[in-house]
Amino acid sequence: MTTITDTIRNEVIDKTKAKAEKTAQPYWNPYLSGIGLGLVLLAAFVVMGRGLGASGAFTSLISAGMNAVAPEHTAANNYFNEYIGDGEQSPLKDWLVFEVIGVFVGGFISGSLANRIKKSVDKGPRIGSHKRLLFAFVGGGLMGIGAKLARGCTSGQALTGGALLNLGSWAFMMAVFAGAYAFAYFMRRQWT
Amino acid sequence: MNAPYYKFGYFNDEVSLIIAFIIGIGFGFFLERAGFGSSRKLASQFYFKDMAVLKVMFSAIVTAMIGLYYLSVLGFVDLSLVYVSPTYIIPQITGGLILGVGFVIGGYCPGTSCVAASTGKIDGMIYLLGVILGIFVFGELFAWIEPFFYSTPMGKIILPELLNLPYGVVVFAVVLMAIGAFAAAEWVEKKTASKSGGN
Repeated sequence: MTTITDTIRNEVIDKTKAKAEKTAQPYWNPYLSGIGLGLVLLAAFVVMGRGLGASGAFTSLISAGMNAVAPEHTAANNYFNEYIGDGEQSPLKDWLVFEVIGVFVGGFISGSLANRIKKSVDKGPRIGSHKRLLFAFVGGGLMGIGAKLARGCTSGQALTGGALLNLGSWAFMMAVFAGAYAFAYFMRRQWT
Repeated sequence: MNAPYYKFGYFNDEVSLIIAFIIGIGFGFFLERAGFGSSRKLASQFYFKDMAVLKVMFSAIVTAMIGLYYLSVLGFVDLSLVYVSPTYIIPQITGGLILGVGFVIGGYCPGTSCVAASTGKIDGMIYLLGVILGIFVFGELFAWIEPFFYSTPMGKIILPELLNLPYGVVVFAVVLMAIGAFAAAEWVEKKTASKSGGN
């Protein structure tokens, strides 16, 4: 009798162990992650004399794509032609483009080490996947417009400019929190 | 005084792209470690449930700010060679408001959505498509947006200049403010948790 219960108990323990090995690890302490992020930013300042960014890389990507499809149209556009430059080298041969490729890789490395790579749609419990994806697309669109208007996003303005005590960046950062908190009520069904 | 290295010509543009890639890996790694590959975690900030966005952002800003300040005081980094983008105050505040609304609708900002996409989040990938469309629309409408885009120029201006205070004093004030914000964040999280019955 005891041997049977022992076997069952051991089996259950083994299964739980196996499951625990595959489940995602908890995230790091936010202050620790923040200090890590700050040191990466500091390294960029010291080595390159510039900070981090994200949205700018996508502008380069679009400029390159547009230049390939419709070069005359792109050259006539005052915004995109700055990213094309004199046309001697590809707009993709850009610091931010390579940095953002690194962001994808770094995220994947961290996610792999913590068993967090999983095909999924991240959302609150009260919304369906399709609606969530629609919101993701619309939010991304607004983010693209906002980031261009502000001359940078959370990385290029808030983080980088924040650490450099840039006036425009601090005003931007306050506006981001204000905008998000003001609109959060209308999005509560998506997240909570 | 020999940093920023790039500005002193220690290496060429090709090498700078490799450095960009390495720095990007570090950036993406810590964003994912913090849990910023998850839109739900990011959005919790705006419902006072999980203030990780504020904590991570301000600890990163404070770390880089103090580090840069001391390295410049010690004469290791020439602060004047670190690029500060010029301020256009009204378009930047407007852009920030739009971006904030986009953040709570979409659940990410551009950097965090890259990490979400690379860890398999479909919403992160779709979000990125949205960003690309948004930038395209902005660029196509640029002729119409241009006057506003270049309005209220203030040039390259940092808080110590605006407030007429020494750099170190502003650094100290930001550190104090961050500590206050951290304390408030911890308090708010506890308050929200007790309201929803533990957890």
